[in-house]
Formats: sequence, structure tokens, C-alpha cells
Amino acid sequence: MIIEKVFNKWILLFLFTIPVFGFVFEEPYYITLTTKVVILGIAGIGLNLALGYCGLISFGHAAFFGLGGYVTGILSFHAFNSELMFSWPFVSSGSSDMLVIWPIVILSSAFLALIIGLLSLRTTGVYFIMITLAFAQMLYFFAISWPNYGGEDGLSIYMRNSLPIVNTMDPLTFYFICLFWLLVVIFISAKLINSSFGMAFQAIKQNEERVKSVGIETFKVKLLVFIISGTITGLAGSLYTDLNRFISPSVLNWQMSGEIMIFVILGGIARLYGPIVGAAFFIVLEQTLGGYTENWQFWLGLILILEILYVRTGILSLFEKKFKYEK
Amino acid sequence: MTSILFFEQLLNGIQFGTMLFLMSAGLTLIFGVMGLINLAHGSFYMIGAFSAALIASLTGSFWLALLASLSGAAIAGVLIEIFIIRRLYRRDHLDQVLATFALILLLSEGVRWCFGAFPLYLDIPENLNGTLPILDDIIYSKYRLFIIFMGLLIAAGLYILITKTRLGVRIRAGQNDRQMISALGIDISKLYTIVFALGASLAGLAGAMIGAIQSVEVGMGEPILILAFVVIVIGGIGSIKGALIGSILVGVTDTIGRIFLPEFLKVFMEPASATSVGSSIGSMLIYILMALILIIKPSGLFGKT
Repeated sequence: MIIEKVFNKWILLFLFTIPVFGFVFEEPYYITLTTKVVILGIAGIGLNLALGYCGLISFGHAAFFGLGGYVTGILSFHAFNSELMFSWPFVSSGSSDMLVIWPIVILSSAFLALIIGLLSLRTTGVYFIMITLAFAQMLYFFAISWPNYGGEDGLSIYMRNSLPIVNTMDPLTFYFICLFWLLVVIFISAKLINSSFGMAFQAIKQNEERVKSVGIETFKVKLLVFIISGTITGLAGSLYTDLNRFISPSVLNWQMSGEIMIFVILGGIARLYGPIVGAAFFIVLEQTLGGYTENWQFWLGLILILEILYVRTGILSLFEKKFKYEK
Repeated sequence: MTSILFFEQLLNGIQFGTMLFLMSAGLTLIFGVMGLINLAHGSFYMIGAFSAALIASLTGSFWLALLASLSGAAIAGVLIEIFIIRRLYRRDHLDQVLATFALILLLSEGVRWCFGAFPLYLDIPENLNGTLPILDDIIYSKYRLFIIFMGLLIAAGLYILITKTRLGVRIRAGQNDRQMISALGIDISKLYTIVFALGASLAGLAGAMIGAIQSVEVGMGEPILILAFVVIVIGGIGSIKGALIGSILVGVTDTIGRIFLPEFLKVFMEPASATSVGSSIGSMLIYILMALILIIKPSGLFGKT
């Protein structure tokens, strides 16, 4: 049986080669699909930090994904129309430079995660699940009823945002930008998980009381994990807007939160590469089943229920090295 | 003029609240007794509405349709409880969330398969059509009054069921100590099925009654499900009294806020931006209310800490 680490190398190899094949054989569609997998994978890795490693079952990560997306969309909308965004406290007319957009996305997602985290981390269990869900819905309804940026119809941006030197409109170039971020996020997550801070938040998942009793302020730890998690997912939202050159309230919808959660669970909870595998599985399923039947979500639901009732540990667990003393 | 409008909107809010109560009562009972967080509760709302629309188109009777919504949702509830939900009681919340999320996909697509993607319509019966004068110059829709009346009737019925009957005693015992009542020889899995079916049928009834005002379509249950979550978070999970008060609070706040916030803001702002800001904030108002209540009392108004 292949062990998980080797399988992870294979995942990376696939991520590097599939789009290149798509380029060589002139099938740009496959490049777009793989880009989608990478972006959704980043969103999943973000959620996995909170949900998988720290046990914070957030059902509202669409809020961060959507916020990242909307910040990107709004900034570039103003830059394109050369319309003033606001004139106080300083004058700004948006930007279409990714190097400007990314820091703003990161800061605003982190800020949103701080606010939502401060309020919802006061609660635990089912309350936490429902409150994170409710906050995401709040933003969803706000986006629908706020007419300036398209409301329910969404907001189109005409040109993908730019970077110095490279041409981001080229699918393969944009793919490697996303892959770069995926690698950065994996690297950061791996460092975090193995740090003493990481030990603390993983211990919280197992037994919060004990972590408290050794003198760690668990609220602060959980809040920080939640912020990092939300920020990563927000960044994915920004890339997603650039991929589609379109943003609409549907990415803020609770189904988006559910889908990000599905990536984490399908791939295998609390496994670094799990969300990528989950997202890839989801996209492949959508493409293949969607080709046969309009009701592909019916089959997705069935597969998910069977997975949860009988398999329980996700796809990557199939490649886990089994020790003799484990059952 | 404004006082009439206000009174009318207040009644609309109460009507909305009573329907929210039918949803959230089931949700909170299921959580209180079985410890299950059920995202698929909105699907029973949808199933109830579709059963009602089907029977109404076959027989033409609204009352048979209401009966069909109750029994259709209850039958679906029993089947789903026996085949799927039963396996989830001992799992953690994450598994429950995901499995019931998957159930929504399954049921929504299943209904779309059977009935098609176009919305169906359910007609209000003749004698509930039209309006009724309440006070001197206030007239109000008969059907909406009927909804309020039904909601209050069911709230009273639930109160009697929970406090006065043997089944109610078992339900309350189940909320307190599951292991103890099964040790006392009560068939707990049957009790669970009954509670689940009861919750499902209440949701189904709500779906049919709202379906007659709006349209019957796939995905109709999810917006109201999320409002029901807000209700039970505000009221305290597991508390039926909390669900009732939370429902009315959310129903009234939402309805009044959407109508009057833009009007109110016009005092300070120019009309165009007051309308857009007001309607945006109006739609967020109940979530702000929820956040405020959680800051003061993290376990909800009537929740146990």
C-alpha cells in the first residue's frame, strides 16, 4: 500500500503536469478545471485548519470566500471604470493590480474573521455551527440587496487583474499563479501544524479543558486559528473571481460553505493535502456525472451519505500507512 | 396612515413568525431529544408543499391538501429516520451536518426529478379568499389570519402534548436523560422516530400553508431553514418556549425592519441612498439581533448553560 506522503508527492506532480498537457494538446478547458481545483483546494486548506485541526466546525466559510471575491471584484470594477471608490479618509479609485489587491483581500478577510470569530467563538458545539452559518447568510443577503455592485445579478470584471511582467490573461500563467499560492498555503499550514502553536490548537480539538489547565488561553488560540483559516479562504475567493472574471452573491451562499466543507471531508479531515483531493474529486464528479444527467447532485448526495455512514475517513485514508496496532 | 401600515406589517410579521415557529419547534425538539442537528429539515417543508400541491391538483380540495402535507412529510420523515438519520445520533455534529447537507442535495434533486423545475401553485380556498375588517379602518387578508390562527392552535397543541400527555413526559425525559429512559424500558428508537416524524410533519404543514401564498418550488425550504436556525439560537436550543418567542421576534423584526428602516433613514439621508442602505441593513437586522442576544447570553434566551 502506498503511504500518504508518497501519494502527496504524486498529487503535486499531477498538479504540475496536467495543465501543461492541457497546453500542449490545446485543451485549455482542462487548464481551467485544474485551476478551479487548485483554488477550491486553497479554500479547503483554509477551512481544514479550523475544522480539521482545531475542531472549529465553521459552516460559514463562504463568508470569507465571498468577501475575498467581492473585494477583488469591487476594486477592479472601480479601476476599470475609473470611478472614485471613496474619498475619505483618503482618495481611492480601486486597483487592478494583484499585488495591491492581495494585501487588501488578506487584511479584509482577516478583519472579518476577527469580528465573526470574536462573536461566535463565545459559543461552542451546535451554536457555533449555526452562528457561523448565520453570519455568512447575513453577508449573502447584504450582497443581494446592495444595488451598487450588481446585487443579485453579480458583478463582471472585464479584464483579469494584472501582475507586473507576466500576462495573467494567459490560462497557463494564471494557473501557475494559483499553484504558487497553493504551495505557499501548504507550506504555511505545514509549518503551523508542526509549531508549538499548532500543537496547542490540535490539542484543543482533543480536549479543551486540559489545554486550559496547562495555562494556555484557548480563546486566543482558537481566534488566531480562525483568523488564519478565514484569511486563506478569502485569498482563494480573490483568485476565484479572477478566474471567472465574475462575482455574484451565490459564492456567499450557504451551499458554498457546505461545498468547502465537502472538499475537506471527502479528501480526509485534518490531512494537509486532503482538501485538494476532495476538490479534485468533486470537480471530476461534477464534470462526469454532469455530462450524463442534470441531476448529478442527487448522486453527489448519495455518495456523500454513503461516505459519511460507512467510510468516514476520506479518500486519503486509503493511502495511509497502517500500523499493526491500529484496527 | 403609517399607523395602519405599521399594524398591517405587525400582523404580517406575526404571521411569518408563526410559520417560523412550526419549523423551529420541530428543529429544536429533534435537537433537544436526539441531539441531532438536522439541516434537512427544510426539505420536509418542501416535501409538505409538494405533497399538498399534488393532492390539490388531483382532488381540488385545499383541506385534503393540508392533510396530505402533514402525512406526506411525516411518511418521508419516518423513512428517512429509519434508513439514514438513526445512524447519526451517536456521531459528532460534523457528521450530522454533512450527512443532512447531503440529504438536502438528494431530496431537492429527487423532487426536481419527479415534479420538474417549474414552480407549482396552490390555491387558497374560496372561503379564505379576500379580506376581513379587523378594526374600524383596518382590513387584513383572511388567509393570513387563518395562518396565524393555525400557528397559535398548533403552539397550544404542542404545549398540551408536551406537558399533559404520556408521550410528552417521555419526550421531556428524553431531553433530560436519554440513557435513563431507555433503562426504564421505553422503546427509545420508536420514540425517536415519532419525534422526528412529528417535527417533519410540522415543517410540511408550514410548507403547504406558505406555498399557497408564494410558490411551491425546489429549494423553497432552505431560506426558511436558516431563519429557523436563527430562531432557535436566539430562543435557546432545545426550548419550545424559546422557539415560540424567538419566532415571533424574528418574524416581526424582519418584516418591520425591511419596511420601516428605509423610511426611518430618510429622515437623515437623501431618499435614494436611504432606500438602498435601509433595505440592505433591513435584511441583516435579524442577524444583528442574534449577535446582540449572543453577546448578552451565549446560550440563547431560554437555553440551558
